[in-house]
Amino acid sequence: MAEFLQFTFSGLTVGAVYALVAVGFTLIYNASDVVNFAQGEFVMLGGMVTIFLGYAGVPVPLAAVIAVLITTAVGLALYRLGIAPARDASAVTLIIITIGASIFLRGVAEIIFDKRFHSLPALFGSDPIRIGGASILPQTVVVLASALLIVCLLWAFIDRTLYGKAVIATSANRMAATLVGINTRTIVGACFAISAAIGAIAGVLVTPITLTSYNVGTLLALKGFAAVMLGGIGSAIGAVVGGVLLGLFEAFAAGYVSASYKDAVAFLVILAVLFAMPQGLFGKRTVERV
Amino acid sequence: MIKIAAVVVGLAASVMAGPVSAQVKVGAVLSTSGPASFLGDPEKKTLDMYVEDINRQGGVNGQKLQLVVYDDGGDANAARTFATRLVEEDKIAAMVGGTTTGTTLAMIPVFEDAQIPFISLAGAVQIIEPVRKWVFKTPHTDRMACEKIFDDLKHRKLTTVALISGTDAFGKSMRDQCVAIAPKAGITIAHEETYGPADSDMTPQLTKIKAAAGIQAVVCAGFGQGPAIVTRNYRQLGIEYPLYQSHGVASKQFISLAGAAANGIRLPAAALLVASKLPDSDRQKSVVVGYQTTFEAKTGQPVSTFGGHAYDGLMILVDAAKRAGSFDSGKLRDEIERTQNYVGTGGVVNMSPTDHLGLDLSAFRLLEIKDGDWIMIPDSAS
Repeated sequence: MAEFLQFTFSGLTVGAVYALVAVGFTLIYNASDVVNFAQGEFVMLGGMVTIFLGYAGVPVPLAAVIAVLITTAVGLALYRLGIAPARDASAVTLIIITIGASIFLRGVAEIIFDKRFHSLPALFGSDPIRIGGASILPQTVVVLASALLIVCLLWAFIDRTLYGKAVIATSANRMAATLVGINTRTIVGACFAISAAIGAIAGVLVTPITLTSYNVGTLLALKGFAAVMLGGIGSAIGAVVGGVLLGLFEAFAAGYVSASYKDAVAFLVILAVLFAMPQGLFGKRTVERV
Repeated sequence: MIKIAAVVVGLAASVMAGPVSAQVKVGAVLSTSGPASFLGDPEKKTLDMYVEDINRQGGVNGQKLQLVVYDDGGDANAARTFATRLVEEDKIAAMVGGTTTGTTLAMIPVFEDAQIPFISLAGAVQIIEPVRKWVFKTPHTDRMACEKIFDDLKHRKLTTVALISGTDAFGKSMRDQCVAIAPKAGITIAHEETYGPADSDMTPQLTKIKAAAGIQAVVCAGFGQGPAIVTRNYRQLGIEYPLYQSHGVASKQFISLAGAAANGIRLPAAALLVASKLPDSDRQKSVVVGYQTTFEAKTGQPVSTFGGHAYDGLMILVDAAKRAGSFDSGKLRDEIERTQNYVGTGGVVNMSPTDHLGLDLSAFRLLEIKDGDWIMIPDSAS
């Protein structure tokens, strides 16, 4: 029983990280149908900028705020310089642009920062909380709570504000949205900025668990993307559930099967789910109007 | 007329003398970017630094060295392409480098075919076993790390251990070596686990180790951030057995990543890591302190054993070239193989036709981490 509990905690720890990364995908997807593969680099930037400002003597909380602001600016720049000029291109082309941006950001980070791994102190220390013979780190709870908080804020933003309605309108039909007076460029740009900010916050919060270096973004984005597909792309709560489930699959596979096969087991489960529910757990079925 | 003739003769002589005093090219293919860059980066800086130094002092046998470095990004295919380029276009006299085992193994056939001495900076024992005529290496092998750890375990009368290893090349190779020598060393490996090199939580594996019966100690074989996470999770689960890490994490960076959880961990490492703590009677003291001071003053970064391996490789090569009196590849190779009593950062090197590494177990020091620093465990007292 203690073992089962420990595997669950392990799954929650890893899952919380995936969930927080996955949430960042949803907003940009909702506004522009683009899966932003540079999302992992936003996470990396959040962590790395905080760490290096910390080395330079800036107090960590202030450094984290500056890191989020810088990453937001990078997100806006990605939209202005990469996505906006190609706005008439297909979603696939735009996705390829985000892959290019992710490689570019990684290269720049490698030069500006360094190639080593770094860590940040956990928010509430690293003494584990012990429950029933198993233990969980306080930071895991922080990450999970933040993921849920961000989902709530996103929901309030999308469903309860005029700007949120504009995002929905832009995603539903950009031409029609423009005709009713919505500045779709501003909306999509804002979505890139907010997603970048979410990514950076994720980076600051998960670094005490995962550690970080210039190239952690790729793997985080890949796992986050798997979580998004499982939860249903475009759904924020789906991203969180997908992330936590993916983490749990991995932990139970590592615990009860073998650590060597944990990724394979996790992806097999995802495939099985997607066979039964191609739109993911919380995804809306899209209907093509002909 | 005579004057002109003299000038012409002089010119001709200087032109003919040109090739003799020309620079000798030393090649290096290093992983200065990519996942192994924390190895390749200090290696490159070390080579740059000391080649410049050697040239300032007049070069080797009156010839200046020219370093030709390519970055393979940790990719074995790229390494092989660059190795071919070094041989065919740059026409190098000797080769130092090959940061990882993977890139080194990919390059070996190129230099064996071209008959150019190749001193690798990578860890695995496969590079020098079986002995290849043109291939040498400077870093300790993972087998030696296993032997050193097992020695200490036996001193502490701990004979049943669990092994957790990374699934990357380093972790796999060290796991294989540990498993292979365990019976001879009198150690029983009762439980085995693995982790992916980029995993961020190893508690499921460690939970299983905790639950396994009869374990007295745990050995972790891996490098990079994985062992740091293993260490943190180990303390998180409150496992009480002694934990041993490998020489793969022998850097201050590991201590800073693992934090307070690193307290009490033992690991084998080169003397370089504890340069200032070595007794003055230690043969390696002046070499390691010298290298540490030079490296840290030039780069502003803490010294790592990886850069030290590059230093040893270059110095073994230069010493051999001095004894050979030239960079003729055959003579150079023979002299590298005759290296005796070379005191380097990695240990005292005594090569032979059957041993292209030349280090024995004394090259490894057993260290324990205490309050963010290393302390040396004397061999007899442990």
